[in-house]
Amino acid sequence: MRILVCVKRVPAVGSRINVTDDGQQVDTAHLGFTTSPHEECAVEEAAQIVEQLDGDEHAVVVLTLGPEASTEQLRYAASVGGNEFALVMAEGGLDWDPQRTAVAITSAVRELEAAGGQFDLILFGNESADGGNFQVGIRVAHALGRPIVNGIKGIDPHERGFTARRETDAGYEVYELEAPCALGVKEGINLPRYPTMKGRLASRKAQIQVLDCTADVDAGGQSRVRLHRPPERASTTVQLGDSAAAAPAVVDLLDELGVL
Amino acid sequence: MSAVAVLIDHDRGVPSGGALEALTAARSLASDLNTDLVAVILGDGDLFDAHGADLVAACADYGAAVVHCGRHSFLADYGPDAWGTALAMFVEAAGPVAVVAAGTDRGAEAIAQLAARTDLPLVANCVNVSPASSLADAPSGPAGGDAWHITRIQWGGSLLEDVTLTSTLPLLTIAQHSIEAEPCEGGPVPAAVADFEPDLGPEVQQTLVRDRVTLAEGVTLSTAPVVVSGGRGVGSADGFAPLEELADLLGGRVGCSRAVTNNGWRSHADQVGQTGTRIAPEIYIACGISGAIQHWVGAMGSKNILAINIDPEANMVTKAGYAVIADLHEVVPAICDEIRRRRDRPS
Ligand SMILES: Cc1cc2nc3c(=O)[nH]c(=O)nc-3n(C[C@H](O)[C@H](O)[C@H](O)COP(=O)(O)OP(=O)(O)OC[C@H]3O[C@@H](n4cnc5c(N)ncnc54)[C@H](O)[C@@H]3O)c2cc1C
Ligand SMILES: Nc1ncnc2c1ncn2[C@@H]1O[C@H](COP(=O)(O)O)[C@@H](O)[C@H]1O
Repeated sequence: MRILVCVKRVPAVGSRINVTDDGQQVDTAHLGFTTSPHEECAVEEAAQIVEQLDGDEHAVVVLTLGPEASTEQLRYAASVGGNEFALVMAEGGLDWDPQRTAVAITSAVRELEAAGGQFDLILFGNESADGGNFQVGIRVAHALGRPIVNGIKGIDPHERGFTARRETDAGYEVYELEAPCALGVKEGINLPRYPTMKGRLASRKAQIQVLDCTADVDAGGQSRVRLHRPPERASTTVQLGDSAAAAPAVVDLLDELGVL
Repeated sequence: MSAVAVLIDHDRGVPSGGALEALTAARSLASDLNTDLVAVILGDGDLFDAHGADLVAACADYGAAVVHCGRHSFLADYGPDAWGTALAMFVEAAGPVAVVAAGTDRGAEAIAQLAARTDLPLVANCVNVSPASSLADAPSGPAGGDAWHITRIQWGGSLLEDVTLTSTLPLLTIAQHSIEAEPCEGGPVPAAVADFEPDLGPEVQQTLVRDRVTLAEGVTLSTAPVVVSGGRGVGSADGFAPLEELADLLGGRVGCSRAVTNNGWRSHADQVGQTGTRIAPEIYIACGISGAIQHWVGAMGSKNILAINIDPEANMVTKAGYAVIADLHEVVPAICDEIRRRRDRPS
């Protein structure tokens, strides 16, 4: 089985996100980089699926579109279960619009499949941590003619495809997809492993294939004017106490709000 | 027709809260464009027999002049391909000026399927939409026409992004809880019902809901009037017992931060935040949670917030309307005791 996982390099933001003066990007002067929690779980899920199988012809292929520095995220994936790695080189790719991103990833997938065979499963995050466009995976899957369901929190491989569970308010829905197919996964599907010593070694040795397929990809119809922080909700905090003796004041408040 | 169309995402006949917010946002967009608001509902004969009248009445309350009902046996339950294909056929036949959906799992997914099928741009999680000044100079593609100016959320709401959108047909989702659902001031409008029958092939069946499992009855995290959440400060899985008790006393639900799910103390289904659930209770009681921006964006829709924390400088405390600066392990049981005491001796 071959599984492809698409991950995106994003700034590891802290408790407050700053924007550069020109409003064009997150100020990363003092930040590291990471991937969305959804995508970390996607890598983990792919690794778990493949590890359950007999034989050694199985692979977890990890792809990212972005600047050269995105190899950092591929190397991290190598330390937690990824086997093959592809960087779709795109300067400024961290802030590409979702249509353009999807077109470039689609042609990269075609190239990878022409060389290494079809992917039985392509995993995306439910949404990227920064852009949160909720669409790149769906566009790629549609262009490749494969079914996709988003919001997945459970995957069971079987003979012909995959059973997938999507969480709802009250429980979950079950989907049955035949391979080849794609799924968008959510955090909570598993608890991603930490890199082991062996994993760290593997990550240093990882071979990264660089794909150059972004040259004639046109920008989509959505284009950034500027990023800014939402207005802070001005609040004066009413302190109800500094010990358990605050309980009556809290219950008075609950009563006032009509929730008691 | 040239109306603004809203996809009503529903679960077996019950519209999502987001769908009503999307109707509200689209109504003001339609009024800016000086055109009609219409709704699109997808289902099968049985679904419309059982819920059609209620669904149409809800749309009329929110100002839909026409409710387009797409009927097909493959639309008996939800499926992204079935919904996306049916929506694409509606667009083809009816020619709306914009299509709007809720930023819910289903709304966002179905409209992304439409975007993929039509190769049109889709702006997700909008909080403010200014269309090109009038229908006359509505966008006419990258080659000409005015762009729409839109503000959307990024990073789950931690940042806003102003974008321009140039498209022959703007597709938008409305960020959940960014607008209050409000029926028309003057009462329901007389809504016409127009049926259409999308031509769906067997290929859409692969992504239909096959089965469903119900785990929780009653109030859920996203609809509970009270949410009592715990963070790293709770210290252990067992430490949640008093929070459970408080939530039970108030008919609410227990939530948590990502630090808690990462430690395996609670299921991810309880996580509030950017990669968890967005909540909007009457009151959010945050115990031992620092209030990182990714947590805050899930909780900021709450009408009131009470932070219980030992650190008076914690983000959650400075952003909350109410705070108790003390050990949650002492405060939470004391609140439970006080509630029981008052209930035993009603005044
Ligand atoms: C892309 C991305 C997405 C994320 N999504 C989410 C998300 O959906 N939800 C989420 O929650 N986080 C999310 N995070 C993580 C987030 O940044 C924080 O790490 C997390 O919210 C911290 O959890 P916490 O407040 O419980 O822990 P901490 O930050 O460690 O805070 C613990 C708090 O408990 C207080 N405390 C300790 N002991 C006591 C006591 N006895 N009594 C009272 N108070 C006490 C401390 O003063 C402190 O304020 C995300 C991060 C990223 C990068
Ligand atoms: N630059 C990128 N490189 C690789 N994968 C990406 C990229 N952008 C988006 N994706 C994938 O598409 C998913 C959805 O992204 P989005 O539509 O931006 O919310 C992400 O979770 C990733 O799996």
